[in-house]
Amino acid sequence: MSTAKNNPADGAGIGLENVRFAYPGGTAMNFNLTLAASDIVAVMGPSGSGKSTLLSLIAGFETPASGHIRIGGADVASLAPHRRPVSMVFQENNLFSHLTVAQNVGLGRSTSLRLTEEDREAVSKALRRTGLAGKETRLPQALSGGERQRVALARVLIRKQPVLLLDEPFASLGPALRDEMLDLIAALHEEQAMTTLMATHDPRDAERLCRTMVFIEAGTVAGFGPASEFLAGNGSEAFNRYIGGRREKR
Amino acid sequence: MIVADRRIAFGRIALFLVALLVGGAFAGLAIEATGSSGGALEAFDDYLLRIARFTLWQALLSTLLSVLPAVLLARALARHPAFPGRAFLLRLFAVPLALPAIVAALGVLALYGRAGFFAPVFTALSGERWPGIYGLSGILVAHVFFNLPLAARLFLNALESIPADQWRLAAQLGMGARASFRFLEWPAMRAALPGIAGLVFMLCVTSFTIVLLLGGGPRATTLEVAIYQALRFDFDPARALALTLVQVLLAGSIVVALTRLGASLTGDANLPVAPRRMVWRSMSETIFNTALILASFLFVAGPMAATVIAGLQAELGRLVAEEAVREAAMTSLVFAALSAALCLLLSLALVAARRALEMQRGALSPGFLERATDSGAAMVLIVPPLVIGAGWFILLRHVGDVFSFAPVMVVTVNAVMAMPFAIRSIRPAYDAASARHERLCLALGISGWNRFRLVDWPALRRPAATALAFAMALSFGDLGVIALFGSDQVQTLPYLLLQRMGSYRTEDAAGLALFLGLLCLALMFLADRLGKETE
Repeated sequence: MSTAKNNPADGAGIGLENVRFAYPGGTAMNFNLTLAASDIVAVMGPSGSGKSTLLSLIAGFETPASGHIRIGGADVASLAPHRRPVSMVFQENNLFSHLTVAQNVGLGRSTSLRLTEEDREAVSKALRRTGLAGKETRLPQALSGGERQRVALARVLIRKQPVLLLDEPFASLGPALRDEMLDLIAALHEEQAMTTLMATHDPRDAERLCRTMVFIEAGTVAGFGPASEFLAGNGSEAFNRYIGGRREKR
Repeated sequence: MIVADRRIAFGRIALFLVALLVGGAFAGLAIEATGSSGGALEAFDDYLLRIARFTLWQALLSTLLSVLPAVLLARALARHPAFPGRAFLLRLFAVPLALPAIVAALGVLALYGRAGFFAPVFTALSGERWPGIYGLSGILVAHVFFNLPLAARLFLNALESIPADQWRLAAQLGMGARASFRFLEWPAMRAALPGIAGLVFMLCVTSFTIVLLLGGGPRATTLEVAIYQALRFDFDPARALALTLVQVLLAGSIVVALTRLGASLTGDANLPVAPRRMVWRSMSETIFNTALILASFLFVAGPMAATVIAGLQAELGRLVAEEAVREAAMTSLVFAALSAALCLLLSLALVAARRALEMQRGALSPGFLERATDSGAAMVLIVPPLVIGAGWFILLRHVGDVFSFAPVMVVTVNAVMAMPFAIRSIRPAYDAASARHERLCLALGISGWNRFRLVDWPALRRPAATALAFAMALSFGDLGVIALFGSDQVQTLPYLLLQRMGSYRTEDAAGLALFLGLLCLALMFLADRLGKETE
C-alpha cells in the first residue's frame, strides 16, 4: 500500500451535538458524542437501541430532526451521503451481484466505471491487499461470505475516506474468519488511520479491535470510555447486564 | 393412508372434469375437421393469414407501447418513494386489472370515440371531423390502458426487491440517475422483463372483447374475433375450425416459449410499500419523472373518469327499472356465483390431491398425476375461453339447440378460467395447514369431512373467500363464451351491454358499463381485502 503511505488519509474527529431523530412511530433518539480522530470505536447495545441509526445518521442515510453532525470540524448534516467523507460496510448486500469483483471495487473510484490506468492499478492493489488477488473477474455469487466482505473493504481502501463505519459487518461469519477480518481491519487502520466505528453484538470483536466503547441504550449514548474498562466489567451497570445476558446465551 | 387416497380420488375427478371441458372442445374441432376436411383446408387462405399477422402485429405493438413506458414509470415511482399521492396512484393502477374489458373499451370510446368527450378538441385540432379511434389505434390505446399499469406495478415489484443497503451504497458512492439505472435499477428490471413482456403479449394475443368493440372491419380483426364472427354471423364452422387451430397453435407456442423463459403467466402485482430509501435526484430528473407520472396518471384515469361521467348521464333510474336489465343482472349474478363455487370446489380438490400425492411419494420425484394437479390448471391459459367455447359450439350443434347450453357453458368455462388464480390463493394456506396438522390428524384419527370442517376449513376460509370473490368478478364481467352462446333467452349484463351498443343505444350502454364496472371493482376490492388479512 505505498499509495496510502505516500498520502495518508488521516482520520477525522466526529462530533454529534443534540442530534434528534425518530422513525415514524418509533422512539425518540438523541445522540451526543465526541470521538477523537483515528480512534477505533465499538458501538454496542441491545437490538433496536439505535446502533445502526447512529451509523446511518453519520453516513447521511437518515436526516436528523435537529442538531449538528461534524466530521473533521465541518458540519455535514445537510450533505448528501456521497459528499460526506465516509465509507460504510453493511452486514450484507455490499456488492452488486451482476458486477465482477474488480468492477465492484472500481465503483469506489467512478460510478460510470470509466477507470483510468491509475484507477485500475489502485483497484488491483487494493484487491491484493485484501487477499483477493486472482479473483478480479469473479462474480459475487462465486465468493464466500468472508471474501465478499473483503471486496467491500477493498472498495473502502481505494475510496480513502477519513471515516469508516461498519454495521455488524461480520455477524454472518464464523469465529475464525471473524478474527481474520478483524485483524485485516486493524492492519488497514494502521495504514490509513481512518476513524472507525463498528456496531457489533460480540464483546470479542470489541476486545480484539477497539480502543473505545460507546454503549447505546434506548436511543441515546448511555456509556462511553475505554473499551478495556467496559469489557473488564468496570463500565456501567446497564452494560454489564447487557453483556451478561449475551454471555449466558453462549 | 385412507385419508390421502380419498383426497387423491377427488383430485382425479376434478382433473377429469377440466380435461373433459378442454378435451370436448378439441373433440368438437376434430370431428368437424374429419367431417369437412375440404372446407377447413380451403379456409386456410389469404384472409386467415392476414388475420393471424394482424393478431401478432397488434400484440407486439401493444407490448412495446406498454412495457417501454412502464420501465421508465416504475423507475420514476421507485425513485420518488414519497411522491404525493403515490399510494393512491398505485391503487388506481390496480383498477384496470379488475375492470371488465368491455367496461374499459367503453371508457376508451367515451373519451376518444367519435362522439367522445375529446372529439370536439380533436376536431378543432385537425380541422376535420374526428372519426374516432377505431381500428388499430383504438385497440392499442385500450391494451396500453390495461397493460401499462400492470407492467409498471410488476416492474416496481422487481425494483422493490433491491436491498435497501444497495440504495444506500449507491447514495454513498454518489451514483447519479444514469449510474444507478445502470447498476441498480436496470439489472433488477431486466430479470423481470421477459416474464412481464411475455405476459402482456399473451394477454394481447388472446384479447377478444377489446378487439371486438374497438377493432374495425376486416382490417383490424384478430383470430378470436374472427372465430366469433365465423360462428355467429357467417355460420361457417369450417372457417372457425381453421381459425381456432391457428389460434391454439399460436397461443400454445407462446406459452411454451414463455415457460422456457421462466415467466409466470398469472401475473400478480402486490401493492408495493415504499421502504425508507435514499435517492438523490437532480432537478431535471425530478421534473422529468413528475411529468411522466402525471401523464400516465391522466392516461389511466381518463377512461375511468369517462366511464363514470358517461354512465351518470344515462337514465339510470329507467335502466334499473327495465325488465331486460334486471333479468340480465340476475342471470349474471347466478352464473357468476355458480361459476365461482365450481371454481373453488375444483381448485380445492386439486390442491388437496397435490399435497396428498406429495406426502405419499416422500423424497421421490413427482409423478405425472401430481404434476397434472400442480400445473394442469395453468394449462387452460393456453386455450382461451373463446376457443373452448368455439369447440363446444361446433360439437353441440350436432346435439341440439346450441343456445340452450348457454348456462352450462358459461358457468363451466368461466370456472376453469379462474382456477389458476384461485389455486394460487388457496394452495399456500392449505399446504401450510397440512404441514402443521397432518401428523396430528393421523394420530387422532380425524379424517374426511370432519377433518375438512375442523382442521382445513378454518385455515382456508379467507383465501377461499378471496378466490370466490375473484372468480365471481372475473365471471361477472366476462364477454367471451356468452358472446357465442348468448341469445334473447339467456342474456348476461355484458351481453346486454354489447347488444345495446350494437343498436346504437350508447347511453344505455354507458349506464350499464358503470354498473358493471362498480360491481366488479367491489368484488375485486373484497377479494383483495380478504387476501391481505390472511397475510
